[in-house]
Amino acid sequence: MQSTNGPGTKPNHGWNWWYLLLLAQFVPALWVPLYNSVEPTWLGMPFFYWFQLVLVLICAAVTAFVYFVTESSQQQ
Amino acid sequence: MQDINWVALIVFALLFCFITWLGFAAAHWRRGDLNQLHEWGLGGRRFGTLIAWFLIGGDLYTAYTFIAVPALAFGSGAIAFFAVPYTIIIYPILFIVYPRLWRVSHKHGYITAADFVRGRFGNRWLALAITLTGIVATMPYIALQLVGLQVVIGGLGFIGEGWVGDLPLIIAFIILAAFTYSSGLRAPAAIAVVKDTLIYITAFAAVIVIPWQLGGFDKIFAAVPPAKLLLPVPGPNTTGQFSAYATLALGSAFALFLYPHSLTGILSANSGHTVRRNAALLPAYSFMLGLLALLGFMAIAVGVDKLPEFTAGFTAFKANFAVPALLLYSFPSWFVGVAFAAIGIGALVPAAIMSIAAANLFTRNIYKEFFTTTISDRHEAQMAKWVSLVVKAGALIFILFVPTQYAIQLQLLGGIWIIQTLPAVLVGVYTRWLNSWALLIGWAAGTVVGTWLSAAVNIAAVYPFQIGGWTFPCYIALATVVLNLVLAVVLTPVFNAISQKPADETLASDYAM
Repeated sequence: MQSTNGPGTKPNHGWNWWYLLLLAQFVPALWVPLYNSVEPTWLGMPFFYWFQLVLVLICAAVTAFVYFVTESSQQQ
Repeated sequence: MQDINWVALIVFALLFCFITWLGFAAAHWRRGDLNQLHEWGLGGRRFGTLIAWFLIGGDLYTAYTFIAVPALAFGSGAIAFFAVPYTIIIYPILFIVYPRLWRVSHKHGYITAADFVRGRFGNRWLALAITLTGIVATMPYIALQLVGLQVVIGGLGFIGEGWVGDLPLIIAFIILAAFTYSSGLRAPAAIAVVKDTLIYITAFAAVIVIPWQLGGFDKIFAAVPPAKLLLPVPGPNTTGQFSAYATLALGSAFALFLYPHSLTGILSANSGHTVRRNAALLPAYSFMLGLLALLGFMAIAVGVDKLPEFTAGFTAFKANFAVPALLLYSFPSWFVGVAFAAIGIGALVPAAIMSIAAANLFTRNIYKEFFTTTISDRHEAQMAKWVSLVVKAGALIFILFVPTQYAIQLQLLGGIWIIQTLPAVLVGVYTRWLNSWALLIGWAAGTVVGTWLSAAVNIAAVYPFQIGGWTFPCYIALATVVLNLVLAVVLTPVFNAISQKPADETLASDYAM
């Protein structure tokens, strides 16, 4: 683990613009009218259920993406 | 007492013997001096990505969750699925905020949120408020883990009938207390690996086999009454169940990582990077929880509550018996033993971590802070070990002698209480602009008003707020933490004018990568 924020480098405010991608996950997760419907069903499962399950996987992928871009930018 | 399912009981007992051995053997794993509190209570902060994944996953997704979420789907339908958006949005929070808290805690040797608040704000009374909230919110949570255990033991055939019916629960708890005492956090970490493997096997087997037996998901959902299938569309001038669903998810997400046991899990990781990696990997558990929630609908499709063999179970445990009954109905006895062991062991892992977390809080932030000025490391660790026993004994007595309903209500109130530590802990990770006395008043106001609002609706989580002719049902925890924050902000200049700000022992660089 290397610190890039020792004396003389830019201060770390704990913020990175990539984090917006993480916060964007709140919108589809919490906007209930978006997914409160039966159709389209998938494998017999109402949209309400399969959408939220798929959203778990998408959000995990987005988080993994943000992990890789922010970790590599720190090592430069 | 109903018939005992011997095959399932033997498989269950064998798996329990195995994890008992594992719990004691864990003391020698990644060996450290267990007479140091951070070794006993945080596993020496040495868990890498994989072990942290099992430990935090086993810690957050508790046995009670696996029983109660499908039970809620079984009884109330779609609203139960709020657990899914809830466990989606915890991870952005974990990713952004908690590596900072991990780093400052590592640097200064903090093992509890109250340690951090004490160091950051230099106010022992604010730290005491954080401590008491943590302990009080954790105790009913431990008791609820016992409910999860009780339900599966009931499923094996031990239902009611005095102390003989309670005996398996008491034995399980003595085992838990003993290995936690001797091995500390290493025990639940090692056991979590076994437990979560079993839980994943159970969940995927159930979600593949049961729909296949029942003729597919369309048949299952066709059996669900339309009123339970979706959230009801709100009428005029109200946001109805939509806002209840979203605020429950949002408030629960902010509350989750403030619980002492969550923080214990996070701080036991070996770096902030490990915490971030886990924010991307832990959603696997959310996915599984969503699948398990569907078991509630499968239980409706089977009509488990109408089958005569499960009458005793439903009488004793109500909707919480839906999952055990469904598993008993659908699987051969040996697999029922595996699945019940997964849930039963799943109760012990979080119960162990919760009791360790409560013990750390009491020892560090009450005993050491207020009752003794000098304390050796050995004495501190010994104290925590004893307190972990007391905490578990308290939870056991509570569950044996007090109606389960009270534990459930207290745990619900616990969520409202624990979120009141957000301004000091989460905001404190970024700034100490807020005055510690203003934070203390915000905390007190949020706690009192939250409890009062919940009492006004018979200890429910959601209160229908009336704003300008609109009804806005909102999770009380979320509404009251806003009040708490507003008070803290407004009162900060006032207290800054009349009192001297104590020193902050942390530096900006302590938080940085």
